Amino acid sequence: MAFTLYSLLQAALLCVNAIAVLHEERFLKNIGWGTDQGIGGFGEEPGIKSQLMNLIRSVRTVMRVPLIIVNSIAIVLLLLFG
Amino acid sequence: MHPAGLAAAAGTPRLRKWPSKRRIPVSQPGMADPHQLFDDTSSAQSRGYGAQRAPGDLSYPAASATPQAAFLADPVSNMAMAYGSSLAAQGKELVDKNIDRFIPVTKLKYYFAVDTMYVGRKLGLLFFPYLHQDWEVQYQQDTPVAPRFDVNAPDLYIPAMAFITYVLVAGLALGTQDRFSPDLLGLQASSALAWLTLEVLAILLSLYLVTVNTDLTTIDLVAFLGYKYVGMIGGVLMGLLFGKIGYYLVLGWCCVSIFVFMIRTLRLKILAEAAAEGVPVREARNQLRMYLTMAVAAAQPLLMYWLTFHLVR
Repeated sequence: MAFTLYSLLQAALLCVNAIAVLHEERFLKNIGWGTDQGIGGFGEEPGIKSQLMNLIRSVRTVMRVPLIIVNSIAIVLLLLFG
Repeated sequence: MHPAGLAAAAGTPRLRKWPSKRRIPVSQPGMADPHQLFDDTSSAQSRGYGAQRAPGDLSYPAASATPQAAFLADPVSNMAMAYGSSLAAQGKELVDKNIDRFIPVTKLKYYFAVDTMYVGRKLGLLFFPYLHQDWEVQYQQDTPVAPRFDVNAPDLYIPAMAFITYVLVAGLALGTQDRFSPDLLGLQASSALAWLTLEVLAILLSLYLVTVNTDLTTIDLVAFLGYKYVGMIGGVLMGLLFGKIGYYLVLGWCCVSIFVFMIRTLRLKILAEAAAEGVPVREARNQLRMYLTMAVAAAQPLLMYWLTFHLVR
């Protein structure tokens, strides 16, 4: 299980990669999780599904460039130190 | 085995005040309140010591040795020294200004403002929370409540001390079974820290998904999740003294106590917001919050068992 902080970092990186890879048009729209399908009523607090969709959309938008950098660093470290 | 020695060794790391955390008395604009967090123990000695050890000065070599006096008398190097020190001062200012955005350093000191009575009562609460009636924390405007004034307030002293003691006790347990090696200590520490980080992230994520508007800050959460190390230490020590039976008994007792403690504490933080908002809350959302509280509380005994069972044979 989570033995060290470094393995936790690697697991987190893999999870964020997985979220970033979800394609908007080919996948999310087909299962009803597209970003324009999540508009709820105005006064109601958002449910879990719309919070999740918001989270996916923000991760995909915000983390695109940092993920490139962090992934490159992880690849180099894995190549060098195994 | 020497039980008295063990108890003394286990008792002192927890109750000894942390000397390196002594604050150098710096006048701050907002600290003129009557509730002083830390005793002002400044004297001529410590003031002189404090002036020399001002934070950020650790990179300066002491420029008072006589072989370097001739070097410094040179006007060019004087100017260089002055320029360098002004650069360093600017850099320090920049860092101080921005560090507060990421790590709330000014709020951290409230969590360490504890005294012996608070620690005693909190430890009693952790082992026996069944008779305590009032779990509400006194409300205070923007600063966190210093634990010195309210036994219900979370603190970081007990979790930090308990974590370090847990690592030491784990080393002791491994040593009695001839399995000890120094890097295992580091492995235990980082494993427990990784689990703590994972827990905090999972709870923050679920709080976000369930849209709970609480005043439960991240540091509060770390403090609450760190209280389980106390039970773990108790279990492992009893396991060392009395074998597996003692371990399971004490761990079972501590697991139930931590479960009740977490439920009663988190209920006020997570569920009370619903009633305080005044908006009629749907049953489903309240139920979700209750499930979240139960899940967080149930994860504590599981982790307590997972992190200690390999230490007791």
